[in-house]
Amino acid sequence: MTDTVSTTITTSPAAPIRPTLSRDDIIMRLSMGAIAIFLIFAIILPLYTMLSKSFENKAGDFIGLQNFAEYFSTPALFLSIFNSLEISIIATFIVLITAFIYGYALTRSCIPLKRFFRLVSLVPLLTPSLLGGISLVYWFGNQGVAKGLLMGEKIYGPIGITIGSSYWVFPHVLMIVITALSITDARLYEAAESLRTSKLKTFFTVTLPGCKYGLISAGFVAFTLIFTDFGVPKVIGGNYNMLATDIYKQVIGQQNFQMGAVVSVVLLIPAIIAFTVDRIVQRKQVALLSARAVPYTPKSDMMRDTVLFLFCLIVAIIILGMVGMAQYAALVKFWPYNLTLTLDNYNFDVMDGGGWDAYYNSIRMGLYTAFFGTIVIFFGAYLVEKGRGFGAGRTALHMIAIIPLAVPGMVLGLAYIFFFNNPANPFNFIYGTMAILVLASVTHFYTVSHLTAVTALKQMDPEFESVSQSLKTPFYKTFSRVTVPVCMPAIFDVSIYLFMNAMTTVSAVVFIYASDTTLASIAVLNMDDAGDIAPAAAMALMIAYTCLAARGIHAVITWQLHKKTQAWRAR
Amino acid sequence: MSQQETFLKIQNLFKKFGDFTALQDVSLEVYEGEFVCFLGPSGCGKTTLLRAIAGLDIQTSGHIEQDGRDISALPPSERDFGIVFQSYALFPNLTILKNVSYGLENVKMPKAAIDARVTELLELVGLNDQGIKYPAQLSGGQQQRVALARAMAMSPGLLLLDEPLSALDARVRVHLRHEIKDLQRTLGVTTIMVTHDQEEALTMADRIVVMNDGVIEQIGTPEEIYSNPASAFVADFIGTMNFIPGKVSGTGSVLVGGASLNCKTDGFKEGDSVVVAIRPEDVNAQDMNEGDENIIELDVKYLEFLGSFYRADLGGDVLSGHELYADFSVNLVRRKNIEIGSKLPVRFPAQFIQLYSES
Ligand SMILES: Nc1ncnc2c1ncn2[C@@H]1O[C@H](COP(=O)(O)OP(=O)(O)OP(=O)(O)O)[C@@H](O)[C@H]1O
Ligand SMILES: [Mg+2]
Repeated sequence: MTDTVSTTITTSPAAPIRPTLSRDDIIMRLSMGAIAIFLIFAIILPLYTMLSKSFENKAGDFIGLQNFAEYFSTPALFLSIFNSLEISIIATFIVLITAFIYGYALTRSCIPLKRFFRLVSLVPLLTPSLLGGISLVYWFGNQGVAKGLLMGEKIYGPIGITIGSSYWVFPHVLMIVITALSITDARLYEAAESLRTSKLKTFFTVTLPGCKYGLISAGFVAFTLIFTDFGVPKVIGGNYNMLATDIYKQVIGQQNFQMGAVVSVVLLIPAIIAFTVDRIVQRKQVALLSARAVPYTPKSDMMRDTVLFLFCLIVAIIILGMVGMAQYAALVKFWPYNLTLTLDNYNFDVMDGGGWDAYYNSIRMGLYTAFFGTIVIFFGAYLVEKGRGFGAGRTALHMIAIIPLAVPGMVLGLAYIFFFNNPANPFNFIYGTMAILVLASVTHFYTVSHLTAVTALKQMDPEFESVSQSLKTPFYKTFSRVTVPVCMPAIFDVSIYLFMNAMTTVSAVVFIYASDTTLASIAVLNMDDAGDIAPAAAMALMIAYTCLAARGIHAVITWQLHKKTQAWRAR
Repeated sequence: MSQQETFLKIQNLFKKFGDFTALQDVSLEVYEGEFVCFLGPSGCGKTTLLRAIAGLDIQTSGHIEQDGRDISALPPSERDFGIVFQSYALFPNLTILKNVSYGLENVKMPKAAIDARVTELLELVGLNDQGIKYPAQLSGGQQQRVALARAMAMSPGLLLLDEPLSALDARVRVHLRHEIKDLQRTLGVTTIMVTHDQEEALTMADRIVVMNDGVIEQIGTPEEIYSNPASAFVADFIGTMNFIPGKVSGTGSVLVGGASLNCKTDGFKEGDSVVVAIRPEDVNAQDMNEGDENIIELDVKYLEFLGSFYRADLGGDVLSGHELYADFSVNLVRRKNIEIGSKLPVRFPAQFIQLYSES
C-alpha cells in the first residue's frame, strides 16, 4: 500500500518542456516589445547617435579622438570642467549643510510653524531654475537693491551661480535628507540616553551615522543637478564658462554640433559616475530601512529649538525673498527708476520670446507629458514588475528605465537633434513638433516616475496575477480593474510630477523647440537674453502659479479619491 | 483504492531554478475526488510542485496529465483548476460579490446566472449576507472563505490550496479545517492542499505526500504514514519518534546497547548498523506476561506531566547511555506508582519497531 518512491538512478532529464503561450502571454510579450522599442528609440539610439557624433567631423566622417584632442587643447573650452566642478562641489556643500540643519529642525526638534517651513522649502520647485538667477540680478545685480552686501564683488559669475544653484537644488536635497532623518531608530536614542551620552556625542555617534547614506545620496543628487544645470549659469554666469552653457554656446552660438557632442560627453561622464555611486549607496540605505525602526518623537529643548527656529526662519526668508523680489520686479514699471505698480510686464505678446502662445504651449506640453507619460511609464513599470516570461528582457527594461536619470537634459536634447533631425530616421516627422517636446520631457523624467510606479506595484500581492490567470481573465482586464484603481494615488503622483517638471524644464527642450512650439520656460530664457528681465520674471512666475494651481487640483483629487476609496483601503 | 480512477498523473517532474533543483523526479497520482496534502518542511518544494500543477511556473521537464489530457505545457488559463493562496489575494477594490463573480464575468454567462451562482457560492461558505462588503472589512477567516468561493466559482475539476490556513490564528484554523473538508466532501472536488503543519495534513487528507528536499519521501494514508513511516525523515517529521542506534544481530533481531530486541529486519543483514525507532506511545508498561519478548528494565530519569498523559524519560546501563521517551496514561502512572528514580520493566512490541539505515 505504502508506495515509497525509490530514489532511482537519476533518470537522465527528459526533454525540457516548452510552455505553450496563451493569447494572453502573446499580448503581454507584444506589449513588452512595444515598451522596449519605445525606450530604445527614446533614449538608447539618440544617446548612441550623439556619442558617435563626437567622433565625427562636420562632414560626418569618423575621425577618432580628434574632436576630443581639439577640445583638450583649447583652454577656453576645457577649463570649464574645473569651473563646473568647483562650483558644483562648493554649492553641494552649502546646500547639504543648509538642508541638513533645516531637515533636522523639521524632524528632530519642536520648533513651531513646521508645516509652513515645509511648504516654503518646496517653492523653488515651482519655477524654472532660471528664476533664481533673475532674482539675484534684482538683488545684487548692477542695479540691485542689496548690491552693497557683495563689497565690490560681482554677482555675475561664480558667486551668483553658487547662490542660484543652491537655491533651486535646496528642495531636492531637503526631501532626501528628511527621509533619511525620519528612518533612524528611536531605540538608539533611548540607549544613548540611558548611557548618559552627551547630546553632542549622541549627535555624532547616532544621528550622523544613522543618516549617513541619505546624506551621501543627497550630496550626489545635488552635485549632479548643479553640475548639469543650464538655467542658473545662463542667467547669472556672465562670461564665467560652465560645461552646460558651453554646450549651448557651441550648438546655438557657433552651430558646432560636433564640439557640442564632445562637451556633452564630458558632461555625461561625471554625471554617470555620481549616478552609479548613488545607486550603490542607496542600496545600502534600503538595507537600513528594512530593519523595523521605532519612530523618533523629539522632546523640546529651549536652547536648541530657538537656534533651529531662527535658522529655518532665515532660510525661509531667503527663499521667499527670491520669489518675492522676482514678483515685485515683475510688477513695477521700470526698475529701479519707476517703481509704480503695473501689469505691463505680463503683456508678453509685445515682446520677443513667444508671447502668451508660449505659455499656452507649455500648458499643453505639460498636460500631454502628464497624460501620455503616465500611461507609458505606468504600463511599462507594470510589465517590468508583474509581467510573465522574458525575465532577462524585463530586467533589461528596468535598467534602461533608470538611464534617463543619469542623462543631463542638455545632453538628451542634443542627442534628439542628432537622432530625429536625420531625414533617414522614420520618426523624422516629429522633429520641430510638439511631439518631440513631449517625448523629450517624458524621457527626461522617466526614471523617478518609473521608480514611483514600481514601488506602488511592489506593494500589491503578486498572486493577483496568478488568480486572474486561474480565473481565465486576461491580464489587461485585471490591470484595468484592479491594478490601476489600487495604484491610483501613485498614478496621480506620477502625473503631477511629470506636469510640473515639463512646465519648468529648460535644458531638455532648449535645443528642440521650434518657433511655433516655443515654451514658457524658453520664453523666460529668451526674454532674459534680450534684456527684458522683468517680463522674464513675470513669465517664470506664470509658470509658478500654474504649478501651484496644478498642485491644488492634485490635492483636491487625491483627497476626493481617498474619501471614495477609504471603504476598501481601510486597515 | 486501486479501482479508483486516476484524475491527475504526474510523471518524473523536475524543476530547476538555475543550478538549484527544486523538484527531483517527482511522480505521483491523485485519484478522482480525493483530498491530498503535500506535507514537508519549509523550502522542500511543495509550492513549486503546486505551481507546476497549476501551470503558474511550468516544470523544467516531466509530464502532467489531468483527466486524461496532457497539460504539461499548457498555460494556466487553459487548465482546469481553482486556487487559493495563503495571502487570500482578494482584489481589495472589489466587493465580495465582484470578487467571487470575477471569473464568471469573463465567460459570457447571463447576468442572472452569474448572480445565482454567486449567491449559491456565498451560501456554501456561509457569507451570504456579506456580499456588498470589501475584503478589508472582513476577518481573516471570512476572507479565506471568500477566496475559496472565488476559486470554486467556475466549478473547476481540481482545487489547489497553498497553505490556506497558515495566516489565521489557531482557533479559526481548526474551525476552517473542518469547513474546508466538509465543503470538499460536499462538492466532491479533487483537492490538493499544501501545508507544513502535520496535524492539518493528518486530520484533513485522504492521502499525504511527504516531501523533503525536492523529492517525495512517502505517499500514503495518514495512518500508513504515521504507523509505517517509510524513512527516518518521515518518522521524525510526523509525530514524535525515538531513535536509538543499534546493530542487526541476526534475522529478526537487533542489538540495542546491551539488549536484544526482536523485530522485522527486512532489507538488512547481520552486522548492519541501523537506527531503531519506536514511538513514545508504543512503549508499553502494562499487560506484560512472563516470557514476553522485548522486555527491558529501565530507569525513570524524568517524568513530565503533559495534561492527559505523562512523558517519561527512560534510560539505563542496558541502553549504554541512550535515552528514550515513553508516554504513559495518568491512570497507569498512579496505579504503578511510577516516579523519578523508579525501575520499570517496559515492553517494545515487535510490530511497532522500525529499522532505518544509518544516514
Ligand atoms: N523563483 C525561484 N527562484 C529560485 N529559487 C526558488 C524559486 N522559487 C522557489 N525556489 C526555491 O525552491 C525551493 C522550494 O521552494 P518552495 O516555495 O516550493 O518551498 P515550499 O515547500 O513551498 O516551502 P514553504 O513551506 O516555505 O512555502 C526553495 O529552496 C526555494 O528557495
Ligand atoms: Mg510554499
